Amino acid sequence: MVVNSVHWFRKGLRLHDNPALQEALNGADTVRCVYILDPWFAGSANVGVNRWRFLLESLEDLDSSLRKLNSRLFVVRGQPTDVFPRLFKEWNITRLTFEYDSEPYGRERDGAIIKMAQEFGVETMVRNSHTLYNLDKIIEMNNNRPPLTFKRFQAIVSRLELPRKPLPTITPEQMDGCRVRIADNHDEHYSVPSLEELGFKNVSQADAVWKGGESEALERLNKHLDRKAWVANFERPRINMLSLLASPTGLSPYLRFGCLSCRVFYYNLRDLYMKLRKRCSPPLSLFGQLLWREFFYTAATTNPAFDRMEGNPVCVQIPWDHNPEALAKWAEGRTGFPWIDAIMTQLRQEGWIHHLARHAVACFLTRGDLWISWECGMKVFEELLLDADWSVNAGSWMWLSCSAFFQQFFHCYCPVGFGKRTDPSGDYIRRYIPKLKDYPNRYIYEPWNAPESVQKAANCVVGVDYPKPMINHAESSRLNIERMKQVYQQLSHYRGLSLLASVPTIQEEVEPSLSDDSQASGSSTPGVQTTPQTNTTTTTANKTMTDAETATPPPAVVVTSSSTATPVSAMPLATAPPGIAAQAQRKRSWPTELQSAQRCSQSKLQHTSKPSTGQE
Amino acid sequence: MKRGRVNITSKCQGFSSTEGRIKRQKPGPLGSSLAQRPAEDWGSLPHHVVLHIFQYLSLVDRARASSVCRRWNEVFHIPDLWRRFEFELNQPATSYLKSTHPDLIQQIIKRHAQHLQYVSFKVDSCTESAEAACNILSQLVNCTIKTLGLISTARPSFMDVSQSHFVSALTVVFVNSKSLSSIKIDDTPVDDPSLKVLVANNSDTLKLLKMSSCPHVSPAGILCVADQCHGLRELALNYHLLSDELLLALSSEKHVHLEHLRIDVVSETPGQTHFHTIKRSSWEALIRHSPKVNIVMYFFLEEEEFEPFFREETPVTHLYFGRAVSKEMLGRIGLNCPRLVELVVCANGLEPLDEELIRIAERCKNLTAIGLGECEVTCSGFVEFVKMCGGRLTQLSIMEEVLIPDNSYNMEQIHSEVSKHLGRMWFPDMMPTW
Repeated sequence: MVVNSVHWFRKGLRLHDNPALQEALNGADTVRCVYILDPWFAGSANVGVNRWRFLLESLEDLDSSLRKLNSRLFVVRGQPTDVFPRLFKEWNITRLTFEYDSEPYGRERDGAIIKMAQEFGVETMVRNSHTLYNLDKIIEMNNNRPPLTFKRFQAIVSRLELPRKPLPTITPEQMDGCRVRIADNHDEHYSVPSLEELGFKNVSQADAVWKGGESEALERLNKHLDRKAWVANFERPRINMLSLLASPTGLSPYLRFGCLSCRVFYYNLRDLYMKLRKRCSPPLSLFGQLLWREFFYTAATTNPAFDRMEGNPVCVQIPWDHNPEALAKWAEGRTGFPWIDAIMTQLRQEGWIHHLARHAVACFLTRGDLWISWECGMKVFEELLLDADWSVNAGSWMWLSCSAFFQQFFHCYCPVGFGKRTDPSGDYIRRYIPKLKDYPNRYIYEPWNAPESVQKAANCVVGVDYPKPMINHAESSRLNIERMKQVYQQLSHYRGLSLLASVPTIQEEVEPSLSDDSQASGSSTPGVQTTPQTNTTTTTANKTMTDAETATPPPAVVVTSSSTATPVSAMPLATAPPGIAAQAQRKRSWPTELQSAQRCSQSKLQHTSKPSTGQE
Repeated sequence: MKRGRVNITSKCQGFSSTEGRIKRQKPGPLGSSLAQRPAEDWGSLPHHVVLHIFQYLSLVDRARASSVCRRWNEVFHIPDLWRRFEFELNQPATSYLKSTHPDLIQQIIKRHAQHLQYVSFKVDSCTESAEAACNILSQLVNCTIKTLGLISTARPSFMDVSQSHFVSALTVVFVNSKSLSSIKIDDTPVDDPSLKVLVANNSDTLKLLKMSSCPHVSPAGILCVADQCHGLRELALNYHLLSDELLLALSSEKHVHLEHLRIDVVSETPGQTHFHTIKRSSWEALIRHSPKVNIVMYFFLEEEEFEPFFREETPVTHLYFGRAVSKEMLGRIGLNCPRLVELVVCANGLEPLDEELIRIAERCKNLTAIGLGECEVTCSGFVEFVKMCGGRLTQLSIMEEVLIPDNSYNMEQIHSEVSKHLGRMWFPDMMPTW
């Protein structure tokens, strides 16, 4: 029987360690590699030009690698559901292969395609290679729910077997057996589009700092390992001015697009470590970066609401402000804090910022200063950040805003002091905000404190040439710490006086609701009624209040809970016994198509509450 | 839902079995026997039973249930269910949160105002929300509120309400309630005259007053409260209101023991404020009178502004430093804060804090909780600190990235070493490195 394969590239833009592509080649008579892209959609999507450029460069690189194997990449314009039926017929396809996508949106899309392929009699083969581990296995080992602390996650990973060994790259011999004739007009139909075709006009031709593609990724991997070997010290390097800049050994965008296999990276690191330290296997911390990525993928894979607060069972409901004006200032680097503005400028220009810089701007936007929802920040990163993946991006934002994963919130990064400590020279600021380049080091992080003469001498007067700081940090951090305490105190009924007092332990979150809030229409968590987990916060909040009420003598509602003046932070959950949140986690994976229905019923509830309360 | 009386058993079957609908037409033996007694239906459940069930229901569910029948509707309005209420006032433009429905607010004011005892208002950053809260307050004429909380969930919007509007609304409650015991009015334009009204009407009952960052209150205004309200057990205010006189007033014989004193130290003009000092004798008087009092201080200052603090022995129990503090300052804390229970430091310079921490471990024998943000500590110094404190450290939090590995310990070892001294599993806090 004739086997005609199509390998569908999405992420995993590489020929090395690509198990699904290997399956496509396996015993096939023809193989075509496709990438599906909708130019109409491209212009309107919330994806910035740097990310598109990186993607297109990666596709170009893939195409040129395939050429060397006497094949080509077919970039097909359209939507997968429209494109595949056409391709199946036109190319007489019998086998479809692609890399497993763990994210809820991807799983839903792939489910539809697999079903469609079935109807066309096309066999589908899906292989996991975007993550080190099988995420479902991790969830299974944690009593069928994703671990919600990194420690817990590490503990599980340490019990797993090593990740599967990477596969070799595709060889010309493999490809020879299943070549298809490339039409003369291939480029007319299937070439990699230009940025112009995607609707980006007047794109500067300057070289991007990060060049997309598998070839670049592999070169960087070598440099990365050389440097590691040279340092011969796998401790986390001390951060300085240079760490803030895009490094020629940085790999995160390549892992995001799958230009580099995470398993190749993993095994290269591991081998190097074992070679240099002729003893025992490496500690988990060696793979820190890779494991964080894995952690967030695991947390998100069964949670379609992972990228928002509402209806998201792992996310604490925080009464963030709506403030489009302040958000714009942050996003465009006009906050008046050079440290924040420089980072946001670097992000917009280059598409990458150091993780500590991410902490700084995320804290500033959310719990530290502006009190704006992490969802807004996440969307800006989604547009600008090359390595932003749905799961990792949303997860990091929840982490940094202390919305999930049991974070300490007592510490908030100072938009002046943090930068100063990281780069006392201020050269990082001068690089991204040239207006400030003549400021002396002493004032470069706080130009508003410079005497007028200094401002004039530096040709940059604050309030004229550079914005005044948009917020008083001391004041806002005072308010915000109180707000976080308010939020977290509602989560637990702990009334003691200690640092980690206001702790949302999972235990409490799962306890059944005794009395729900008296808040009906004013409920702070819409969705309380129908989705069992979203109400966790409310539930416990109410418990606190009920306790307050039934105690003798009845203490105050809100006021008493805060009579425990100090609780400052949330507890790390390291000690939480496994399995407690099991029910909560299990219930929450409703199919996406149900979500809208659920929302409807919620809003209906809220409607009905009105007239009936008004009655007799 | 139909308003007719519903037979209990048929209802039960409907819930318990998917075949309920079929069975209902042919009641089983149990169903038929119960159905013969007409009194046995849901509408005839005694009030106290319905009330008990209602207490487990959300307001939405109670409201729906109240339209089932007259009796349930009567229970819906039982005062017990209306003792506490949290008004949520948000504008769609500024908040993600929904608001308490206006009809419900009207109904409460009309029918249940006199039942309210524990009332809080949560408002978003919009001035209109705070104004709406004031409007409700001014209608609570006929009520006996014990607890009142005004809470800004985002920016402090009560500060944007005109002072006269706010004060007149607040005094309505102060004058009419007469038995207020807990008041939380942080970040509001409350002023001295309104505190006088509070004192004149509620001096016997007031136990708790939280008014951090109320710029219109003067030291004399708060002193008047302390002088008259002898039952005051908990007080929160800004440092500029704290005076020797206030501490002495709180320590007078007539006064009950103070339990919590929370002091926010914020400078109005960052970097330029010079803070007054409190006499050691005043602190001592307070501790003599209330030996168990928690004294909680939150600092949001720049390094140079710390000059006047902790030069002498200070009986503070909980310290929070929201911004960077100098090594020197932390050194003074080790010397002069023998009652210290909890210490949180968000940031420090780049020099390791080893000596300061070890001194704190040595001298602050009550220290049980510590949190360190961007504070560099060597691994050996940190282990030494933990070893000296041992198991009494019930809370220990430090970010992994600020621990400096040295010859004695690396990052892997520190977790086991610290866990050993604490007698439980411990890990440093981590942040994503992605």
